[in-house]
Amino acid sequence: MSTDTLSNHGDHAHEHDHHDTAGTKLFGFWVYLMSDLIIFGSLFATFAVLLKGTADGPTPGEIFELPFVLVETFLLLFSSFTYGMAVLAMNADRASQVKAWLAITFLLGAGFVGMEVYEFQHLIHEGFGPDRSAFLSAFFTLVGTHGLHVTFGLIWILVMLIQVQTKGLTDMTRPRIMCLSLFWHFLDIVWICVFSFVYLMGVL
Amino acid sequence: MFGKLTLEAIPYHEPIIMVTAAAIAIGGLGLVGALTYFKKWGYLWTEWITSIDHKKLGIMYFIVALVMLIRGFADAIMMRSQQALAAGGAEGFLPPHHYDQIFSAHGVIMIFFVAMPMVIGLMNLVVPLQIGARDVAFPFMNNLSFWLFAAGVVLVNISLVVGEFAQTGWLAYAPLSGIEYSPGVGVDYWIWALQISGIGTTLTGINFFVTIIKMRTKGMKLFRMPIFTWTSLCANVLIIASFPILTATIALLTLDRYLGMHFFTNDFGGNMMMYVNLIWAWGHPEVYILILPAFGVFSEVISTFARKRLFGYGTMVWATVAITVLSFIVWLHHFFTMGAGANVNAFFGIMTMIIAIPTGVKIFNWLFTMYRGRIEFTSPVLWTLGFIITFSIGGMTGVMLSIPAANFVLHNSLFVIAHFHNVIIGGVVFGMLAGLTYWFPKAFGFTLNEKWGKRSFWCWLVGFYVAFMPLYVLSFFGAVRRMQSYANSEWQPLMLVAWVGAVIIMCGIACTVIQFYVSIRDRKQNQDVTGDPWDGRTLEWATSSPAQFYNFAHLPEIKGVDDFWRMKEENGGKLPLSEAPYQDIHMPKDTWEGPVIGGLSIVFGFALIWHIWWLAIVGGLGMFGVFMARIFREDVDYYVPAAEVERIEREHRQRVERGVSQSSTYASQVGGQA
Amino acid sequence: MSGHASHAEQSHGSVKSYVIGLILSIVLTIIPFGVVMTGSFATSATVLIVVATAVAQVLVQLILFMHMSTKTDEGWNVTAFVFTASILVLVIGGSLWIMHNLHLNMMIG
Repeated sequence: MSTDTLSNHGDHAHEHDHHDTAGTKLFGFWVYLMSDLIIFGSLFATFAVLLKGTADGPTPGEIFELPFVLVETFLLLFSSFTYGMAVLAMNADRASQVKAWLAITFLLGAGFVGMEVYEFQHLIHEGFGPDRSAFLSAFFTLVGTHGLHVTFGLIWILVMLIQVQTKGLTDMTRPRIMCLSLFWHFLDIVWICVFSFVYLMGVL
Repeated sequence: MFGKLTLEAIPYHEPIIMVTAAAIAIGGLGLVGALTYFKKWGYLWTEWITSIDHKKLGIMYFIVALVMLIRGFADAIMMRSQQALAAGGAEGFLPPHHYDQIFSAHGVIMIFFVAMPMVIGLMNLVVPLQIGARDVAFPFMNNLSFWLFAAGVVLVNISLVVGEFAQTGWLAYAPLSGIEYSPGVGVDYWIWALQISGIGTTLTGINFFVTIIKMRTKGMKLFRMPIFTWTSLCANVLIIASFPILTATIALLTLDRYLGMHFFTNDFGGNMMMYVNLIWAWGHPEVYILILPAFGVFSEVISTFARKRLFGYGTMVWATVAITVLSFIVWLHHFFTMGAGANVNAFFGIMTMIIAIPTGVKIFNWLFTMYRGRIEFTSPVLWTLGFIITFSIGGMTGVMLSIPAANFVLHNSLFVIAHFHNVIIGGVVFGMLAGLTYWFPKAFGFTLNEKWGKRSFWCWLVGFYVAFMPLYVLSFFGAVRRMQSYANSEWQPLMLVAWVGAVIIMCGIACTVIQFYVSIRDRKQNQDVTGDPWDGRTLEWATSSPAQFYNFAHLPEIKGVDDFWRMKEENGGKLPLSEAPYQDIHMPKDTWEGPVIGGLSIVFGFALIWHIWWLAIVGGLGMFGVFMARIFREDVDYYVPAAEVERIEREHRQRVERGVSQSSTYASQVGGQA
Repeated sequence: MSGHASHAEQSHGSVKSYVIGLILSIVLTIIPFGVVMTGSFATSATVLIVVATAVAQVLVQLILFMHMSTKTDEGWNVTAFVFTASILVLVIGGSLWIMHNLHLNMMIG
């Protein structure tokens, strides 16, 4: 039966229409990510400007440990891959596999956040907290904002695990898994910029 | 327990504030009493507060904007009175502590809580109708955006009575806004009011961008969209790209103030010039967010009342797109004097001059649309004519300011004040009042009184020139902005003239208030039964007035620009009304989550302003919890049965047929009045 | 539903594309870390390598993980990304130019 609907494809079949609504959601989320990218851009610009503002405190080269950052990078990279597997499992309508891959992604992401918390705690303990110098303010804020995003991503993964468990793979949960997929890969992309422009360029 | 909040925070010793607060309290109690007496709380909750209907949200944005216009104008007339009095050693009636809050609040309120909600309100009311959509892409988010915006409004108004507002100017330049030089809660009110309402604005930007890209009706190609939709699209692109910069900048200032960081401090390597740079990287696109939709309104008005297609539709679109991009490479012209070198200043000066070119193209398009048109001098047309002249003058003083060498003389003087009021009053305010008059019947089903509308226009136009031309003159004698008092008593006569101008503008606002009263009183005879009172050209006039909650019984199919005009012509000059058979219509359900999250964000913001940490946690967790409730809710939509649609449409048809036979269309009534 | 599935197949990738993406990302991560940690190149060359691999890896993930494509949404997602990237270049580039100039003129930093 044909129905007039919210979206503008009134003559399409009812089934198809939900697909279009999902497309609108996904596109809307993409546009949100673009605005988030501008937030990160502002923080990167601020970091670059304040890089020399060390106020006789530590310089980037003195506090960054690259092997540690490399491990963080791989955790996030592999979590991006495992999330991709979750999406493929969703496309194949395998709810239990989706849950398994989401859980693995969660663990890898939690590992990343754990390492970042350790790094921050270590720096603060040494007396190099965000109030020590403008450079450290900018460093903690940029990296911390990314970490906060990952933490929100973790909460979102938990929500999706619950919803896939209770509701299954439905027209409601599918677009959300796809949006979260964009979010998770987006955070990996921001991290590429963080390790390249903050850590690697910082120690040069 | 209550952080920094004590009873001392209430300024008992300031009679002006206490009288205002008492008036607000009495008015508020009266409103609450009336709502209770007439048992309207339920109506308010189900029909308005929880509504996801974009038209109702648009109306609510406008109501808030008009109330805040009065608040912002009260600040303005106090400033003009102070400067008219405080000459040659006199202190006037406002101490610096209070005066500085007033000019800060005036700027913040007029930009964020008057101009922005007027622009967003019009977009809400008009854009989905113009593109032939049933609603916006994300209706729940639209409601949430409004309530986040309203939370910002509430916080600014709380600052009047509890504590103080920022004394830093509307952009709170660091390091003055840092904790060292502004230890009070004023800047914190500024931070949280702007942060919360700014997030609402960003969500609106995303929502309307996606709506325009994804929800256009069949055949509505990009280059068939009405100009107001085009300018809204570009304004939303600017919101998406620039408001995150504001969010980030305010967040950094917050970290400086709350966690002792050193982004913008004098010491520990901080750089306060980066604050100025970032805030204007947002601030310049912001002025185009305000003016572009106003340009759209003028385009619709002039083409409707000249009874012609807009001259140069394509160039109008490309000029808008050019302004959108260029608005991101001119921001340094707000701080030529900060110390950048000649290369930087020259580049941004030239870019600023270049951005005047597409604006000039638009002016010519409007003039050529009027050329050989059959213009009806309705009040929206008067606002447009007033705009073309006033905005051109403002644009030229802007080009003068864009010359770095001249800017070193004019920076921070009253010239700047005169210039931006020249473009904001002449552009945005005139545009929004034109749009309000033009689309009012679509929102309420009756037209506004023309006589009082025209009186309002003349008061605003004359008042503007009397109030701001003296400021241009004073600036050449060295008068700077934000003066609480001044030694040179030779400035006083012109300050008195400016005060008279402000009083004339006040008469204009009074005329608008009377206009509402008279129009509501005479709503029966001003009723718009056809839904097309001005013989319009675009799709919003194809619906009834007020438009049904589902907007269109059948989604229209579009074949060109100004397609409603073609539909009417093909129908022998008669309104094309919807025909049976109808279908079920899929609609979103109302939401309690939006207003509750908005309310909790007030709690959250207020707690952070006063360092009441436990309450901030309560507010934050509350918002998270309500959001989760929304995430897990499944009954978010429903179907309007075809029979219901048929009944509504049949009634509309009967009204139109009866109305047309009884009297003529409204267009001829306006002719009679004029 | 068959149409739905084939559409999904197209836009949501396959195991193969994810594995290729992963391998490319690993390589493009190891190169800049290796170059910086061993310090075997001059500073300017190192900067160039770090920037180039970062851009390359961002593109790899955008295309192979996020499936950004001109085919979906009539290319609006690519348009939005390109516009955002240009704005970032303008705002970040402009800010750095302005701030650098201020530093020189104000003799600070």
